Parts: sequence; structure tokens; C-alpha cells
Amino acid sequence: MLSLTAPHRTRAHGWPAGAKLGALACATILLFALDSPAAMAGAFAATLALYLTGGVTFARAGLRRLWPLWPFVAILLAWHGIDGNPALGALLALRLVTAVALATLVTMTTPLSDMVALVQWLATPLRRMGLNTRPAALALALVLRFVPSLTMAAGRLRQSWRARSARKGPSWRILGPLAVHALDDAEQVALALRARGGLIEGTTSDGT
Amino acid sequence: MERNLTMVAMFAALIAVLGLIPPITLAFGVPITAQSLGVMLAGTVLGAKRGGLAALLFLGLTLLGLPLLSGGRGGLGVLASPTVGFALGFPVAAFATGFITERLSRLPVGLAAGAGAILGGIGVLYLCGITGMSLVLGRSWGEAALLVTAFIPGDLIKAVLAGMLTLMLYRARPRSVLSRA
Repeated sequence: MLSLTAPHRTRAHGWPAGAKLGALACATILLFALDSPAAMAGAFAATLALYLTGGVTFARAGLRRLWPLWPFVAILLAWHGIDGNPALGALLALRLVTAVALATLVTMTTPLSDMVALVQWLATPLRRMGLNTRPAALALALVLRFVPSLTMAAGRLRQSWRARSARKGPSWRILGPLAVHALDDAEQVALALRARGGLIEGTTSDGT
Repeated sequence: MERNLTMVAMFAALIAVLGLIPPITLAFGVPITAQSLGVMLAGTVLGAKRGGLAALLFLGLTLLGLPLLSGGRGGLGVLASPTVGFALGFPVAAFATGFITERLSRLPVGLAAGAGAILGGIGVLYLCGITGMSLVLGRSWGEAALLVTAFIPGDLIKAVLAGMLTLMLYRARPRSVLSRA
């Protein structure tokens, strides 16, 4: 399945995920402490420069992900402009875009496997306390498998609906059969899991 | 136990897949996506606990960097964006939807699910969403609420659909509708 990690590697891809997340948290706190539009513009420019260190293609891909923010930027500028405080509008809009850009940068340079490993490491105290984290890990893996299989099922249903119907385009009518398909698939996978010893087996083989 | 796990994972996937369906534009130009329909269904079909867990799993995968939010959004940027309240509200809304659906067990399935979807999937979700938007944009709660009112008619259609779909599922697979099992 597609992820938001940038396809071509930058130097930051190899850095530890925990360090990147820590830096992101500090940078975001700092952003919210800044209260002059000029300083915020500087932070925004610095973030843009960070994107450019990954190359032009990388920067362009990243900035495209910020595009959905434009209505909010427009609203902030217009609203505070009408209130007679355009500087505050600019400050808030720049902070919004910079904070999202920084977080997106971490997502773009951290492979999903690194993120999952970090979550597993963070859950270590829970395991020490005797909580079994295996079901959560299994659920995560199952979702990754179910998304493409459900998408394919939806595609098939859409095709057969089109073959039967004179009307064009997908219809909400496929939602019913799709939901039934989802329930049946989940029941079958549950049966398969149970046949292979289920979840309890994992707890004992873990030794926890 | 295995069934609970695969159902939770399946509905997390369903929320994702419904978000991938291209949005339908209503008569007055507001795009609606089917993603929140998935959140409602998680609650109406799986009940409070499992439905909430399904939406939580979906949210976790999104934050870890999968582009599963409608429009292909995802990653940590979601936490800083104005729609953060809606994303974080998904598990709360699914839980509330399931809680109400389970409490109304005397009503016919479709009605109970529809009521759960309206109160949980719209009421609770918008409460979270508007609060997040007002915090991120630095405007009052009422002003933030104004920004999202245009989406409520679409969500009402989805709540009705959620009720109908839950009724259909209950007729087709009574054992699998865990909120009534």
C-alpha cells in the first residue's frame, strides 16, 4: 500500500524516528511561543529551506501536500483583515502552514516500518506490566491487508453494477454488498486465526 | 476474541476505503465523502467498544503516515491542521454512536442505528471538530461552527444511510452485527 514517505531517500530517512519526532515536538512548541509575524515568516522560510535540502522534486512533493490548507489560510487572512488586525491573521496563517509543513516533513522522511518500530518500543513499559501488545500489532497488519482487498472488492462490485445498470458512475448501491463482503471476510479470517491456534498461543510463545 | 480483532481491523479498513471513494458534490456545491459513514457504521455495527477501537486503529495508522484520510491526507501534519478535531473525534464519535445504538436495543435496528449515527456520528463528531478548528484558527467556537455548517446536510444523508445499511446487515448476517449480538 502507498504511504506518505517520500519515494527517493534523503539523508533524513536514515535518522532515528524518535529523534525526529522529539525535534518536531520542540519545534512546534517553539512555533507557538513566537508572536511576531516577522519571526514567524523567518520560521516558515527556514522550513522551506529544509524542504529544499531534499532536492527540488522532494520539496515540490511536500508542498503539494500542504495545498489542502489554502481555504483555511484564506479564511484566517480575510477574517482578521476585516477585524482590522491583518498582522495577527498573517501570524496565525504562517504558523498553521509552518507547523503542518514541519510535521509533514517528518512523515515524508520516516518509513512506516520505523514508525511502527518506535510505537513498539514506546509500548515496552506496557508489555512489562503484563499487557499483551500482540493483538494490536496483528490488528495493524490486518488493516494493511484489508484495505487493498476491500478496495478490490469495491472495484468488482462497481464493475458488475455498471454492467447491469444503464446509469454511469459508481453508486451508493454497492455499499450494501460491500459491507456484507467485509463482514464475511472478517468472519473467515477470524476462523482461520482460530484454526491456527488463535491469539492465546502468541501470548505463551512470547514468554510474556 | 479472534473475531473481535478481525472485525475491528476490518472496520478500520472500511473507514479507509470509504474515504478513497471520490466525493459526491451536493446540489449547493459542498463535497461530501463517505469516510464519516465508515465511522458511523463502525459504531452501529460493532457497538461502542469495538467501534471506538476500529476508529482508533484507523486514526493511529493515519498518524503513522498512511494517506487514509479522505483526499489522501495523513501523517503527523494532521495534528497541526484545522481539521485535527475531526480526525481525533473519529474514535470518540464511533464510541458514542455504538453506545447509543446499544442503549436503544428496544427500538428496531435501523432506527437505533440511525439515531446513534445522528447523535454520535454527527453531534459528537462536530463537537470535537469545531472545538479543534476554533483552537487552531484562534476564532470563537461559534465562528468555527459557521465554517462547517454546510457539511451537516451531507452528514444527515450519511446517517440515514448508516441506519439503512445496519438494518440490511442485520437481516443478511444477524450474527455478525455485534452491537445487537
